[in-house]
Amino acid sequence: MKADHPQAVNEAPIDFSAATMTEMKRVIGLFPEGKQKSAILSVLHLVQDELGWVSVGAMNRVAQILDIEPIEVYEVATFYTMFHLDPVGKNVLEVCRTGPCQLVGSDDLITYIEQKLDIKVGETTKDGMFTLKTVECLGACGYGPMLMCKYHFYERLTKEKVNEMLDAMREASKS
Amino acid sequence: MARKLLIEHADVQGIASYDVYRKHGGYASVEKALKNMSPDEVVEEVKKSGLRGRGGAGFPTGMKWSFLAKPEGVERHLVCNADESEPGTFKDRYLMEKLPHLLIEGMITSSYALGARRSYIYIRGEFMYVLRILEKAIAEAYANGMLGKNILGSGYDLDLVVTPGGGAYICGEETALLESLEGKRGNPRMKPPFPAVKGLWGNPTVVNNVESIAAVVPIVNEGGEAYAKIGIERSTGTKLISASGNLVRPGVYEIELGLSVEEFIYGDDYCRGIANGKKLKACIPGGSSVPILPHYLVTKTAAGTDRLMTYESLADGGFASGSMLGSGGFIVFDEDQCIVRNTWNFARFYAHESCGQCSPCREGTGWMEKVLYRLEHGHGTLEDISLLEEINKKIEGNTICPLGDAAAWPVAAAIRHFRDEFEWHVKSPQEAQSRNYGLIQAPLEA
Repeated sequence: MKADHPQAVNEAPIDFSAATMTEMKRVIGLFPEGKQKSAILSVLHLVQDELGWVSVGAMNRVAQILDIEPIEVYEVATFYTMFHLDPVGKNVLEVCRTGPCQLVGSDDLITYIEQKLDIKVGETTKDGMFTLKTVECLGACGYGPMLMCKYHFYERLTKEKVNEMLDAMREASKS
Repeated sequence: MARKLLIEHADVQGIASYDVYRKHGGYASVEKALKNMSPDEVVEEVKKSGLRGRGGAGFPTGMKWSFLAKPEGVERHLVCNADESEPGTFKDRYLMEKLPHLLIEGMITSSYALGARRSYIYIRGEFMYVLRILEKAIAEAYANGMLGKNILGSGYDLDLVVTPGGGAYICGEETALLESLEGKRGNPRMKPPFPAVKGLWGNPTVVNNVESIAAVVPIVNEGGEAYAKIGIERSTGTKLISASGNLVRPGVYEIELGLSVEEFIYGDDYCRGIANGKKLKACIPGGSSVPILPHYLVTKTAAGTDRLMTYESLADGGFASGSMLGSGGFIVFDEDQCIVRNTWNFARFYAHESCGQCSPCREGTGWMEKVLYRLEHGHGTLEDISLLEEINKKIEGNTICPLGDAAAWPVAAAIRHFRDEFEWHVKSPQEAQSRNYGLIQAPLEA
């Protein structure tokens, strides 16, 4: 079910781990009394860190935690592009496609990764290991072409570096 | 070699830690301001310095500060705009990653000047690892009595919080940023009221770019007049330039304003010329929102004088033959780059990033993207080029925030200077798919 489904508010809220809840409390506490809604983006990042994506059930739980209406969470989660509103693979490769990166070869990089993983932009590999996405400027223009995965910036990418990176991610995601 | 006021110590081992930063003169501006200066005296130094907002608009920082409303009993805030997302710009990330305490020091000194007791750094969500660096540095500043209650025995209290965005270019616009900081969608607000009167949670708020806030540190340390002596005319001080594209040595450089563009592109201390021995085709000197310049207008103005890295010189000639310093996002194109493809690419960016609030921008950016797509992919007509110009006029000036203008200007400039290349895409679509147009030979009006 998506956030724009009429029955979204009836989706059962899901629970987060104790560690995530502790961290949520901390980031909410950074704001003054009554302004806890300001922590919503921090909280949604924590949700995604735990689940890999942001489901409607998770949003409904966030609404309870922040003591706001579910719609207030939906409208935010659907506005900001970092939040994945559908399930994704273990490693989401977000390749910058904007001008400065394009000047130094991001088009070729995207094509190369598509071929290498045998998926198109927006798709996930059959083994659930990788999702490939394109994103707009990540603020690494002097170090392109580049991509982001798990908040890490992989910069000045070449085919060799991509091969090494994919192997390392496969290895790390096995355990 | 030019003086560096901001990033001189960027490569010192351990400079991201409080102790090493302190050993290199860090937090001197906090001591000086809190012990020996009144808040208004700090504002006065910033006014004297001539510092102009480093985020892109170039509005005088001291003047912005002096607009801050100070009603009795109402809390005020300083918010640092670390949402760096103007394509071509990556200087703030460099500064925060290398010198987190410089930003924190600037936040303390500036917050003191403004009478803010709760200040925020809003950093783009993709820079989560930089946020962690800042969190660590903030904790160190608290532990060393630079944040919290009664800082350095001055009676001044300040709490500083760093918080992430979620991936939205529009949140670099200050009122969208404030909406986002309140936990909402990043839809820009109507102005007035300006944030200086009604900002975060309705309180008077100043929003400044990372680099502007960092620049307050040397301004307070050395005095506004000393700072104003660097640079030329109304372009005072130093500026971080993010150099990207087809350069031998792209990266972040701190320059004294007034450096020649020629020296910046080709000089040994800077970018060392165009990569792979190619020729310069074009340059966007201030981030993707400013007009593109063809090669013959990059190092010289239309009048034939040397083009300098200043607000005035880069704008020389207006939009007919000039551009803007903007955020200092300096994007360089070599002779093999396709202007139509690049213009389409940036149009796609703005269409993607439009918040959707104003119809001219929401519909116009998407429309321009579609028209440019067909021009780039060989299905365009000559009428499409004039259509783009028409759409442009319908967006420009008709939106709440400047994103509409930012989307329109680059397209207008690309057509103005590279019309031949656009027409070639229409007349020789197959050829345009198989090779690049190359350099444009001379000014079109000549």
